Amino acid sequence: MSTAFEKVAAVRRGSRRAAATPRPNFLYILPAALFFGFFALLPLVLVVALSFTTWTGIGDPEAAGMENWSRLFSDEKVLAATRTTLFLTVLSWATQTPLSLLLGVWAAGRQRNRAVLSAVFFLPLLLSSAAIALMFHRFLDPNFGLAADLGPLIGFEDGNIIGTRGGALAAIVFVVGWQFVPFHTLIYQAAARNIPAVLYDAATIDGAGRWQAFRRITLPQLRNTVVTSSTLMIVGSLTFFETILLLTNGGPGIATHVLPFLMYRAGFEGYEFGYAATIATLLVVVGTTLSLLIVRFSGFAKMRSTLEGL
Amino acid sequence: MTASMPRRRFLTLAGGGAAFALFGATGCGGEDAADGEFSVWVLQDENVNPVSQASLDRYNGAAEVKGVLQPEVNTGYRDKVHISIGTGQRPDVFFNWGGGSIRTYAREGLLEDLTPHLDGDPAFKNAFLPSVLDAGKIDGKFFGIPMRTMQPVHMFYNTKVFGEVGVEIPETWTQFLDVCEKLKSAGITPVALAGAQSWTELMWIEYLVERIGGAQVFADIAAGTAGAWQNPAIARAIDTTRSLVDSGVFGTNFAAVEWEGGAVQQVFSSGKAAMHLMGSWEYTTQLGSAPEFARDDLAWGPFPVIEDGAGAPDAVVGNPTNYFSVTKDSAHKDAAIAYLKQEMASEAYVDGLIAIGDVPAVADITDRLSGAGNPEFAAFVYDLVAKAPSFQLSWDQAVERELASPMLDAISQVFLGELDAAGFVKANEDAAA
Repeated sequence: MSTAFEKVAAVRRGSRRAAATPRPNFLYILPAALFFGFFALLPLVLVVALSFTTWTGIGDPEAAGMENWSRLFSDEKVLAATRTTLFLTVLSWATQTPLSLLLGVWAAGRQRNRAVLSAVFFLPLLLSSAAIALMFHRFLDPNFGLAADLGPLIGFEDGNIIGTRGGALAAIVFVVGWQFVPFHTLIYQAAARNIPAVLYDAATIDGAGRWQAFRRITLPQLRNTVVTSSTLMIVGSLTFFETILLLTNGGPGIATHVLPFLMYRAGFEGYEFGYAATIATLLVVVGTTLSLLIVRFSGFAKMRSTLEGL
Repeated sequence: MTASMPRRRFLTLAGGGAAFALFGATGCGGEDAADGEFSVWVLQDENVNPVSQASLDRYNGAAEVKGVLQPEVNTGYRDKVHISIGTGQRPDVFFNWGGGSIRTYAREGLLEDLTPHLDGDPAFKNAFLPSVLDAGKIDGKFFGIPMRTMQPVHMFYNTKVFGEVGVEIPETWTQFLDVCEKLKSAGITPVALAGAQSWTELMWIEYLVERIGGAQVFADIAAGTAGAWQNPAIARAIDTTRSLVDSGVFGTNFAAVEWEGGAVQQVFSSGKAAMHLMGSWEYTTQLGSAPEFARDDLAWGPFPVIEDGAGAPDAVVGNPTNYFSVTKDSAHKDAAIAYLKQEMASEAYVDGLIAIGDVPAVADITDRLSGAGNPEFAAFVYDLVAKAPSFQLSWDQAVERELASPMLDAISQVFLGELDAAGFVKANEDAAA
C-alpha cells in the first residue's frame, strides 16, 4: 500500500490517477443511483414512450406513431404557450437576479439588524406555493381586494389587474418573485460571506470606494453563484405552474398559458395522456438544452475557483 | 353550499392528487362492498347521504343482494372513478354528472345500456321529466337515471336595485337591452359576470344560441356534424355578445371577477350589479352568504326571449341533474337496476330530496314541492324545466372532452374582444380537426 505522500505524488505526475485516488467504490453510489433511476430516469423513459401513443387513462395505450408529435408542431397554442413560457422565464430571471443579488450581498453583512431582517425576508420561502397563490388571488379581486384600492394608483382604474394580459403576466412575475427571491438571496448571502475579507482590505488600501469594491470584487467573486442561481431560476421558471393555475388559471383568455399548464390540461382535463406526455417531453428537452447552454457558455463547466491565486 | 354541489367540476388543486391517484394506489378508503352486495358510490354530502342511505335501507329490507352506500370525497372522485372503472375495483352503481363525465365509459362498453330497462317499463320511464332524461342520453342511449336536483341556468335579479332605478324585470330581449341602458345611466353595472372563469361566460353563449337558432344548432355541433359551427346563429350570438361587452353590460373588470370564493355573488348581492345569469344553485349560495338579500331582494326568471329568434321561448340550458349509472360488468347488475327502479322515483325518496332543498327531475310532483324550504323558488325551477321542450346540457359537458377546453378558451377570448365570430368558429373547428 502506498503512503499518502506517494499518492499525491502520483496524482501530480498524472500517472495511475484512477487507481491511486482513494474513492469509495460503486456500491456507495448504488442507493442514490437506484433511487434516481427508479424515480427520475424510468418515468422519463416512460413519458417519452407514452408520447408515441394515445391513452385515455383507461385500458392500454395504443401506438400512435408520430401523431402526437406532428400535432405538437402544428398546434398554435403550443407555439403561443412556448412564447409565454420563455417570456415569463426571461422576465422572472431579469427581476429576481438583481434583487436577490443585492439583497444577498446586503444580508451578508454581520450587523444585527441585517440578521433580523434577513430572517423576515426568508419567511415567504416557508409558505406553500398554493397558499401564496391563493392569498394573492384574493388580493387581486377587482371589487373587494387590494387591487380595488391599489389598482388605480398603478394605472388600473377599475382594479382589473388580473383580467388584462399585461397585468396578469406582471402579477405572476411578482408573485413568483416574492416567493423565490428569498431562496436566491440565501444563496447569494452564503456566497458573499465566503469572499475573503482580505480582498476588500486590499481594495480599500488601494483607494476603492464601496461601488468599486462591489463592481470589481463582489461581482466577479459571485460569478459561479450567479450561474448556479440562474440555472435554478430558469429551469424552475420553465416548469412552475401551480402559481399560474391558481392565480390566473391560464387567463385572461389564453394570455398566461404556459407549457406545463397545457400539459396539465391535456392530461387531466382532456384525458389525452399521450399528447400530455409529448408536451412533457418537449419541456424536458427545452429545460435540458437551456441548462446545458448556460453551463457551457458561462464557463461554469471548467469549475475554476474564484479563489485561485489567493 | 353542500345542498347543491354545482358544476364546480373538480378542484382546482387536482394536479398532485390526480397524478397520485393515477400512478399510485388504486381504490382506497371506504368500506368495499363484500360478495353478495352491490356498492353505490356517491359524493360525501351531509344533506343527501342520509336520503340515499334511507332509500337503500328500504330496498335492502326485502332484497337478497343488498346495496352498500359508499360516500367518496369530492376531490379526486372523478379520478377514482376513472381508474377503477376498468378494473375489479369498479363500483356497481355510481354518481356522475352525465354527458362528458361518462361518455368515454359508455363508448368503451363499460356501462350498462339502460334503454331496454326504461323502454320495457313505461311507468318507470314516465316517472321522470322527459327533457331531463333525454339530456342524459349518449349516442341515443340512456346510461343514467336522474337521482338528484335539477340545476337549470336562469336569470336572477336584485329587486332593490331595480326598484331604486325604477325599471321592470325584462321578459324580452328589447326590454333587457333597455333595462341595461337605464342601469348604466344610473351608474350600476347591469350584469354581474365572473369572467375569471369561462364557464360563466359560456352560459350567455348557450342561451343566445338557443334563443336565436333553436336547440338543433348545438345538437349538430355536439354530434360533430361538418360545418355545424358555421350556423349563422352562432355568428349572431357571438356578435350579440361582443356588443353587450362593448357597451359595458358586464362592466369593465369582469375578467378579473371570480366565481370561486363568492366575489361575484357579492357584486350582485351588494347591488354593484343588478342581474346575474347563473345556475339555480345561486339561490342556495346567496341564502348562505347573504341571507337577508336572498329573502328580501332576490328575484328570478327565465332568460329573456329574443323576439325574432327561432328557438323555443321555454327552452332551458344548464345541468339537467346528476345521474346514477350502472357498470356493465357488475356482478350484481340486476339488483342494482332493481334498486334504481324501486327507489329513484319513489315517494319517500322524492320527499327526502325535497326536504333538503332539491328539486328532483321526477314528473308530477308540483304538489309535493310545498315541503321545500322555499316552495316558491322550488316551484319556479320545477315549472321552468317541466315546461321546457328541451334541456341543453352545458356545452363543456356535452362536447367531446378534449374539445371543451379550446371552446372555453375561445369563449373567454370573445369576451375579451380578442376573437370575432369568424375567429370563434375557426378556433372551434381547428380544435376538432
